[in-house]
Amino acid sequence: MQGVASRLLVPSTAKKGDVIEVKTIIMHPMDSGYSKDQNGKTIPREIIETFSAAYNGKQVFKMQLQPSISSNPFVSFFMKAEQSGTLELTWVDQDGSVYKNQAQITVT
Amino acid sequence: MIMRQRTGLIALAAVTAIVLSWVFVRPVASATDPSVAKYIVGDEKSGYVYLDAQTRAMEDDDISNPGFLWVDKGKTLWNTVDGSAGKSCAACHGAAESSMKGLAATYPKIDPHSGKLIDIEQRINQERTQRMGAAPFKWESQELLALTAYVKLQSRGLPVNVATGGPAHQYWLAGKQYYETRRGQLNMSCAQCHVEYAGQHLRADTLSQGQINGFPAYRLKWQTIGSVQRRFRSCNVKIRAQPLPYGSPEYVALELYIASRGQGLPIETPAVRK
Repeated sequence: MQGVASRLLVPSTAKKGDVIEVKTIIMHPMDSGYSKDQNGKTIPREIIETFSAAYNGKQVFKMQLQPSISSNPFVSFFMKAEQSGTLELTWVDQDGSVYKNQAQITVT
Repeated sequence: MIMRQRTGLIALAAVTAIVLSWVFVRPVASATDPSVAKYIVGDEKSGYVYLDAQTRAMEDDDISNPGFLWVDKGKTLWNTVDGSAGKSCAACHGAAESSMKGLAATYPKIDPHSGKLIDIEQRINQERTQRMGAAPFKWESQELLALTAYVKLQSRGLPVNVATGGPAHQYWLAGKQYYETRRGQLNMSCAQCHVEYAGQHLRADTLSQGQINGFPAYRLKWQTIGSVQRRFRSCNVKIRAQPLPYGSPEYVALELYIASRGQGLPIETPAVRK
């Protein structure tokens, strides 16, 4: 899909050993494949299938999304801050599109 | 024996009814609840007050509030050059944070050039066609919703402040008349639900006062952000009346009347509603 925007919020700085919350939301219809449009025609399934987060290249979080998840899915999870680095989020659409967002975290 | 059984049944039914009402009736947050206090001004209650705590939490956090996805898009559009004049919104208005602050809280407003009442969506399109030489955005398009949400966000927290006197008065009267007129197969007016029965239950939901200080709002039912006129249309369909086209003068007048009912309530755009 084109024009898929996402938002990501993490603290930009953290103390070593702190547990920090990662919050993110992405604009996506997440059509389940069961709903119909105004003319009674089935809207085909169009969902994001996987969401994962990597910190300095190492996977820290992964989830599989299913058709029952709402539009514009919001995800939050916790991770432990051990060293400074880049958090990279990746969503993979069923049509093969890949959406990314990233943020820097400085650990002191 | 039969008599005693019947008494027992009645007692059982009464107990069940009490238990059910305790389980299912969610009381509207009271005015003394500090988490909603700023959304209550005198007798006016924003739709926020009628929400469940979870939905309120969703609105309060700018990341979990999906409306901000459109706000981001609106910010991009604000800075995008479009039209024959080769200008963006920002070219004339600079940073929206300062130039648009408080502006949307005064809409709908009399347009000084035409003397007619226009709402914020129409104002944005007027700027596009007359100043930028660009095509107007279609009603309810992602672009118009995004830009409206972005402009109106700059008034968030400021009180609704629409003018109802002078040249706006005839529009206000027209809006009031629309609000109080019964229509549709169900023969109902806006006022019956949102004035007479506000705070009471309609099936499992609580009827709100129908305040519009949070629009464009993200509706969980729509799973997208929508304009106040989309909400009017969906209300009209529910009472089985023919909805009016987007941007019709009746709806703009209705916007003014409803905004005046919520005069002083804080702008909440982008609100989250059920």
